[in-house]
Amino acid sequence: MINKLKSKDLLGTKDLSPEEILLILDTAESMKEISSRDIKKVPALRGKTIINLFYESSTRTRTSFEIAGKRLSADVVNISVSTSSVVKGETLKDTAKNLEAMNPDAVVIRHSSSGAPDFISKLLRCSVINAGDGAHEHPTQALLDLFTIREKKKEFKGLKVSIIGDIAHSRVARSNIYAMNKMGMNVTVSGPSTLIPVDIEKMGVKVFTDVKKAIEGADVIMMLRIQLERQEKGLFPSIREYSRLFGLNAEKLKNAKEDVIIMHPGPINRGVEISADVADGKYSLILDQVTNGVAVRMAVLHLLTGGV
Amino acid sequence: MLILTTKSRDNYSTMTNNKMKEKILIKNGRVIDPANKIDNILDILIDNGKIIEIGKKLSTQHSALVIIDASDNIIVPGLIDMHVHLREPGYEYKETIKTGTEAALAGGFTSIACMPNTKPVNDNQSVTDFILDKARKESAVNVYPVGAITKGLKGEKLSEIGELKSAGVVAITDDGKPVMNSELMRRAMEYASMFDLPVISHCEDLHLSEGGVMNEGFVSTELGLKGIPNTAEDVMTARDIALSELTGARLHIAHVSTRGAVNLIRDAKNRGVKVTCETTPHYFTLTEKMVDGYNTNAKMNPPLRSEDDLKAIREGLKDGTIDVIATDHAPHEASEKDVEFDKAPFGIVGLETALPLTLKLAEEGIISLTEAIAKLTVNPAKILGINKGTLSVGADADIAIINPDKEWQIDVKKFKSKGKNSPFHGLKVKGLVNTVTINGNTFNFEAR
Repeated sequence: MINKLKSKDLLGTKDLSPEEILLILDTAESMKEISSRDIKKVPALRGKTIINLFYESSTRTRTSFEIAGKRLSADVVNISVSTSSVVKGETLKDTAKNLEAMNPDAVVIRHSSSGAPDFISKLLRCSVINAGDGAHEHPTQALLDLFTIREKKKEFKGLKVSIIGDIAHSRVARSNIYAMNKMGMNVTVSGPSTLIPVDIEKMGVKVFTDVKKAIEGADVIMMLRIQLERQEKGLFPSIREYSRLFGLNAEKLKNAKEDVIIMHPGPINRGVEISADVADGKYSLILDQVTNGVAVRMAVLHLLTGGV
Repeated sequence: MLILTTKSRDNYSTMTNNKMKEKILIKNGRVIDPANKIDNILDILIDNGKIIEIGKKLSTQHSALVIIDASDNIIVPGLIDMHVHLREPGYEYKETIKTGTEAALAGGFTSIACMPNTKPVNDNQSVTDFILDKARKESAVNVYPVGAITKGLKGEKLSEIGELKSAGVVAITDDGKPVMNSELMRRAMEYASMFDLPVISHCEDLHLSEGGVMNEGFVSTELGLKGIPNTAEDVMTARDIALSELTGARLHIAHVSTRGAVNLIRDAKNRGVKVTCETTPHYFTLTEKMVDGYNTNAKMNPPLRSEDDLKAIREGLKDGTIDVIATDHAPHEASEKDVEFDKAPFGIVGLETALPLTLKLAEEGIISLTEAIAKLTVNPAKILGINKGTLSVGADADIAIINPDKEWQIDVKKFKSKGKNSPFHGLKVKGLVNTVTINGNTFNFEAR
């Protein structure tokens, strides 16, 4: 058993070993227990400073990181794009250097440019945690997804996972594909051919444009959010048609295993990629994912800044 | 008797008005002059900036004679780079005519063609006049401006191509941007034919490449970066070849990077279409893998392609489909590249690294040394219609003396160019410019 992570940063699941993934998940188990207490706070990260640097709007992830930090008694500072000096044209490099000068212990960054966390990690001595960069990675999302899957399924090995939607623009898909493959799951992706990126098979996944085939025998179905701007770019003709072909509803769900679980990184478009009855139904773990997100982020913050 | 060089390379400013009275004799070097099919140990005698004699063991009995011993060196026509961004006027913080041409000289180039995407754009004779005037005063090498096809490179209205020609441009292009309107491109080709000006095309379908920042493939999928498919280049290459067939215009395809484009150009040449093309050292040396780690010095347009494309580029060089090796020297200020990958500008510098990378191609047997030199000298000269690129008696004595065995490590900090944006930094290479003669002056680089 290992007891710490190799890198000072968490930039993606691509660079994590299976042992590191298990370490994070196991640590998250005890973190989850903290969140169930009456007094949801431990002094583990007292005196540590965590900066949430968000260049894209986000409610769920930013709040989740903030709560995670606070439950561990860290001081958490939020910087979002509208209030920072970004609007004055400061470069990411200068922003990073300025934050460094204030001596934080971790910077959690979300950015629309793929590679932005890698970029600042080379400039900062402190830990950099990727909270989503462009279409590249969103490692804590994948880790909380794995945590949620393990809670229900106990084992990873041999599980069949179907990820459905806009794979091309999805950092959630990429982080999950890396992590799930490492843990021995079989991943299938599905979506309109215009939203399946080139050579995705080489990442070790099967591709089906027929959702029914993709879902067949699935233990886990992960739906991705579809963004309206993709339609404007001509990547699919209409929300109506998208929903008919790729939206998850009770009818399509019949092809999955009986004990299938349904996940979604949120925010969901009700009635578009997922019907309301399925989203709120008995197979859905969408809110469990949110709960577990806090625990997993506590684990990551603790492992990277807690001086284990 | 053996005198190595008389002028230090730091005396550029006095160069053009200080024609040397002495004759120069370059002795004992291996002279490679593809235009005259010469590859032999010969001496070259230079007087007043012209080659006056070539032969074995020329007499050393001249008054005021400077002798350069070129034993173990190769002597070639001064290299010609037909694709350079000098950035002046308008972007002097990236490069100037002075620094860009100093970089050229250090790389063995004595003639360069500069692209019109300056600010203002070189779309009228006053900008051409400015460049030529500035070059006369400050340039270390011969500068040949290339004019814009359309005003402001906007792809909307033709530039005054006739006036540009009389002001001295040697070709026209909207380099950096394609002319998307096929009708306008047709008219540009027809119009340019009147002046026998080649039309240089940057082949890119802007709809297919929209938002793209690197080659489309597995690497772009993994990195989550928007890809530029080969097809963006291939489609436009096919279109421009068709337009060249329609109009009879001389078409030169810039910076070829895909297998598809090589195949299209090969077929067109076989049909007798008046098409020529160039590639750059980075397309025959590097692949998209270089982008890994979000390396902005591996970001250029067209992007670094796949292993298969690299192979096709080498095949094209070998069978003559690709006529020219150019650099697409595109300097940027350091902070411009020190940003998120998708926000960095396209382009890398190339003038000071092209020679060893091309020699490597010859050493690996992809092309012969003579072919390599031809692609850097006489071939671009012919396309641009400039009286350069040979070592014939009577020709301008633009000569590069190269030590082909000298090993060195590429170090951007030593570049003459203001631009340090090179993916080749740190690479160990072989072949270094030793001495360059131009306009009767001699520049020695051996000390570096």
